[in-house]
Amino acid sequence: MLQEFRQGVRTWLEQNCPSSMRTAMVEEEEVWGGHQEKFINPDSKIWLERMVAKGWTTPEWPKAYGGGGLSPQEALVLKEEMLSLGCRPPLISFGIWMLGPVLLQYGTEEQKQRFLPAIVRGEIRWCQGYSEPAAGSDLASLQTRAESVGDTFVVNGSKVWTSYADHADWIFCLVRTDSSSSKPQQGISFLLIDLNQPGIKAEPIRLISGNSPFCEVFFKDARAPKDHLIGPLHGGWQIAKALLTHERQAISEIIKKAEEQAIEDYAKEKIGLHDGKLADAAFRDRLSSFHMDQLGFQLTLEREASLQKAGHSPGAASSMFKLYGTELNKRKYELMVEAAGFDSLIWEGAGLATDLQATRDWLRSKGNSIEGGTSEIQLNVIAKRVLGLP
Amino acid sequence: MLMNWDITDEEKLLRQSAVNYFREKLPINHLRKMRDSQDQVGFHRENWKEMAELGWTGILIPEEFGGMDFGFRGLGLIMEAAGRHLSSTPLLSTALCASRVILQEGSHEQRQKLLPAIAAGEWIIAVAHDEGHQHGSRPLTTTALSHGSRFTLKGQKSLVLDLGCADQILVLARTTKNSQGEEGLSWFLVDVKSPGLGVETFRLVDGRPASRLNFQNVELGQDSLLGTLGSAGASYEKMRQAAAGSLAAEMLGSSMAAFEMTLAYLKERKQFGVAIGSFQALQHRMANLYSELEVSKSIVHRSLCALDAQDPQMVLYTSLAKAKLSELFQKIAAEAIQLHGGIGMTDEHSIGFFLKRSRISAELFGNAGFHRDRYASAMNF
Repeated sequence: MLQEFRQGVRTWLEQNCPSSMRTAMVEEEEVWGGHQEKFINPDSKIWLERMVAKGWTTPEWPKAYGGGGLSPQEALVLKEEMLSLGCRPPLISFGIWMLGPVLLQYGTEEQKQRFLPAIVRGEIRWCQGYSEPAAGSDLASLQTRAESVGDTFVVNGSKVWTSYADHADWIFCLVRTDSSSSKPQQGISFLLIDLNQPGIKAEPIRLISGNSPFCEVFFKDARAPKDHLIGPLHGGWQIAKALLTHERQAISEIIKKAEEQAIEDYAKEKIGLHDGKLADAAFRDRLSSFHMDQLGFQLTLEREASLQKAGHSPGAASSMFKLYGTELNKRKYELMVEAAGFDSLIWEGAGLATDLQATRDWLRSKGNSIEGGTSEIQLNVIAKRVLGLP
Repeated sequence: MLMNWDITDEEKLLRQSAVNYFREKLPINHLRKMRDSQDQVGFHRENWKEMAELGWTGILIPEEFGGMDFGFRGLGLIMEAAGRHLSSTPLLSTALCASRVILQEGSHEQRQKLLPAIAAGEWIIAVAHDEGHQHGSRPLTTTALSHGSRFTLKGQKSLVLDLGCADQILVLARTTKNSQGEEGLSWFLVDVKSPGLGVETFRLVDGRPASRLNFQNVELGQDSLLGTLGSAGASYEKMRQAAAGSLAAEMLGSSMAAFEMTLAYLKERKQFGVAIGSFQALQHRMANLYSELEVSKSIVHRSLCALDAQDPQMVLYTSLAKAKLSELFQKIAAEAIQLHGGIGMTDEHSIGFFLKRSRISAELFGNAGFHRDRYASAMNF
């Protein structure tokens, strides 16, 4: 049965995936959807439309909401076949990774009908409004207020570290709806807000890498209808945590799939070989150590995927993947810039080559163990929820 | 290779019987008694007979030679269970190294004779290969040169386990003068009572006996040679990959046991009026070790599957497993002492045995640095 399905998937992909969509992804050609999407490579639009028609941008979501209605086993087959044919992901989306699973679990039927199909088709690009200037690791202390006025909420405050808010259409947001409760977690609600209104402004933040993937978002009497509240009023913390689990998993998935030159090839190019071995023996030993941990991590992701297929729930263990994956990524870029030597020092002007990307990535990677819950927060979660320490 | 990460029901049963056996028959206290009583034998025949009845001595031996043919995943589960209790057995030397070499190299006659005897628990065979101060640290120089229909064995072997309880020794020697590397190597089966065999016995840091061998012109007949002259290189390479992967499984078991003991202690030991496991500085150390352990479980399993499949990338996965577990076991054992505090430094507490064992296992069949080098070469960098 599954074998037949695989054959069908393969044939369909071969016939429908444009050849330029079967080359390694380049960052400028990524498709994130939403009203600002430019489809720099026109094939990416064709590819997206065909995949949307099959429901395969969200293979496991129910057909009623535009999804593919596939079983987990079938979805895995699709993933494997796309990987083996080198098909690019047709759509990269926080809506798919984070908001969708939460809507499926906590949304009302009307909310699912209203929001899920637009995510599947990439029509609306979502961003995530969690952290605030005064609420980082201590997320529950957030202060952005949503006051009930008639049949709408009026939102005031600000969010920070909001990825691509300047390109997004909507924001899923944690807001404080009750300041009187004794536990900070209790007065929080989960609200969907349309960014296209005068009371909202998104300003990019320039990072040490020179790029600006994050924004600060300001709300001044912004409005959201009451039926855009997901889950119970004051009961958003549960949802926030469920979403964080999806986010952590998405982060480790991204790191697993990162399509770039293998670090050992880069190192060979930069350092050179002596008797078939990297000419710098001390570097080679450390690279080997890193490479082993990287392979061990990949194997662990495979093992986890197989356990999940058998019905095991990852729960707090996703903290381990977030922790290990991001710490590994930082080590990788440390080794990359070290292999590049002087070439990695140049920021502007003569002699600037592709190595600047390694330098930017190295700088950017330092944020991996801060965003989505710091490594220290993940260690806390593992200690308390996995190891049962007091 | 399509990986199967699930454990079959048959494997679950095997693991359960192994865990029960080692807990009852060869617990850590057994190791302590062996040390305190200056036991030179190290391992007792009745245990070997029991393990033969359970099918473990012939776990890698094909059924036609009286074995169970359960493969490396099965052996790995037994090794892991043994590791949990620091049980010391000749499984690695006899059930793995000797069986594999005989199966691969032996003539039909030798297989017919030797493999059923191993499977039945009648024979224990020690393995003598290392010569330098570390595995792989210098070229092998022990020679067995032929004269007429006989061989004369000359040279020294630096670290041999299980000699105290062994009947025979599987010896790796050069049969071609001035040969190098894997060329010109042959395997011999040598009786432990052979004239000219000098044995120095010492005690390893964890309390087990071990030996240094000095072959002073030991005379061997043609029938001592296993298989074809000069062809041992390939089987030696396969044997040490298999040993590295299986030893990694044992180290995983030991690492898990040391981790669990420490976790239990952190929950029970009180200072400043609270369990010390409530302190974040200690929690983070444990959470980091937990993550490394999870990754190591995947690595060990993958390496055992590669051995079962005789995967072309076997060297890569076995070196991965041996390097990672050599590092992790030593790290967990050292952290376990620190987290136990003063009591961890006492001989009375058993956690110290884990630290001692970790040093030994880390050095056998190549330490972490040795395997990082092999891994890098297998990955072409």
